[in-house]
Amino acid sequence: MKVKHGFFTSLKCRECGRHYPKEALHVCEFCFGPLEVDYDYDLIKTVLTRDKIQSRPTNMWRYRELLPIEGEPTIGFQVGFTPLVKADRLAKRLGLREVWVKNDTVNYPTLSFKDRVVSVALSRARELGFEIVACASTGNLANSVAANAASGGLKSYVFIPADLETGKVLGSLVYGTNVIGIRGTYDAVNRLCSEIAGKYGWAFVNVNIRPYYAEGSKSLGYEIVEQLGWRLPDHVVVPMAGGSLITKIHKSFKEFVKLGLVDERECRIHGAQAEGCAPIVNAMKIGADIIKPVSKPQTIVKSLAIGNPADGFYSIQTMRQTGGWAENPDDTEVVAGIRLLAETEGIFAETAGGVTVAATKRLVEDGRIKSNESLVLCITGHGLKTQEAVANKCGEARVIGPHLREFLALLDRKD
Amino acid sequence: MPVNVRIPTPLRKLTKDKDIVQASGATIQDIIDSLEKEYPGLKERICDERGELRRFVNVYLNDEDIRFAQGKGTPVKDGDEISVIPAIAGG
Ligand SMILES: Cc1ncc(COP(=O)(O)O)c(C=O)c1O
Ligand SMILES: [Zn+2]
Repeated sequence: MKVKHGFFTSLKCRECGRHYPKEALHVCEFCFGPLEVDYDYDLIKTVLTRDKIQSRPTNMWRYRELLPIEGEPTIGFQVGFTPLVKADRLAKRLGLREVWVKNDTVNYPTLSFKDRVVSVALSRARELGFEIVACASTGNLANSVAANAASGGLKSYVFIPADLETGKVLGSLVYGTNVIGIRGTYDAVNRLCSEIAGKYGWAFVNVNIRPYYAEGSKSLGYEIVEQLGWRLPDHVVVPMAGGSLITKIHKSFKEFVKLGLVDERECRIHGAQAEGCAPIVNAMKIGADIIKPVSKPQTIVKSLAIGNPADGFYSIQTMRQTGGWAENPDDTEVVAGIRLLAETEGIFAETAGGVTVAATKRLVEDGRIKSNESLVLCITGHGLKTQEAVANKCGEARVIGPHLREFLALLDRKD
Repeated sequence: MPVNVRIPTPLRKLTKDKDIVQASGATIQDIIDSLEKEYPGLKERICDERGELRRFVNVYLNDEDIRFAQGKGTPVKDGDEISVIPAIAGG
């Protein structure tokens, strides 16, 4: 018999506040607003303490009272609690004193923060009785659904734009999932998936399971606070695609404050997108509430290329409420950002990481992040998955025969 | 002019579980009004008090988001297909 916990109580519409049962529902029938998980924080407060969290295994489920499953988790025992790296060499290059890299390039098992959301989504999908899981993805989510479904014994379908990076496509195929490549943008994939989700009884992690899925991202924020020694930094920079991660990091900080696990203080949350697909940044910069979708994203940053971001509105609220800003570096800056992080900290990030580093550089240059303030960069995916982006941009191996004299000649040539 | 409108799951209670319904009109606005006559209550789900499309509703005319065309004033012709789709999280 599974133990049922009463920590998460219902689904609730973010727009009109109507309550819904804890099922595979994601949209308010009345106003189309997104449904969000509601918790009994008073109850959680009576059981969740720093000591309790610290006594648990180092994975994302150490915050389980704040994650929306009813019984014990069944997926993701190795997920999360990735390193928070003190990045002194990067700090120096940026002209800052205290910089940390939350390194989700080494998240288990598929090297992106998406394993966090998928752990929750698949654990919940199981509880709800689903046997087939699916997703629409810009690549990383597909990899994670495929891998975690494989190890969890679930059947899976992943839908992706057909022109993704080779590593992202192969990184799904290898798990024996059904990979469906769609000719079109991510938004076209999404649209199709919403129609498919209505037709079949599958657990689409980012469609009908979305309220549960999205909560998984909060674990990244909890870990930042805990790993900083139970404090909030002055600044956090977060990459945005649909805008879910940034809003959930904000939520995680607010929850920890509400539960008395961390002291409240000003913590500015900044968002980053690539110039070739920056609907949220554009709206933020002109002070608009309405997001103008980008119909044809054009950037090497495919993981963030969502033209019509579902959580764009809430992302803007997060940035405004926390005093943060938004930046949209171009592809050249993105590549430079990937190299800067690699050369200073030995961390090879995917394009989304390049966006985050490049956006941070702009924020520092514009005086929005000051030299004596603390900063956490959310680096959310591994560079080996997006090799095309930096291929031929980091020089080439210098090839010689296996002879000492050739090596000596090579050294002479260079220096 | 008759067009097919694809109805998303959350609205099917109003359309007696039909996933495709017929409507007619010269613009998206007309189509919404015509749907409201046939299926009372549908309009207030898609549009807010000011009659504007709700923030989390996407309307597509033959695969194109009407925000890239003329919004609710986008002209509609015979045989067009309209889809109403809630926003979806990224990935
Ligand atoms: C590596 C990486 N970082 C960040 C994001 C942004 O996530 P969200 O859609 O929650 O804004 C994604 C989304 O696909 C991603 O793949
Ligand atoms: Zn609602």
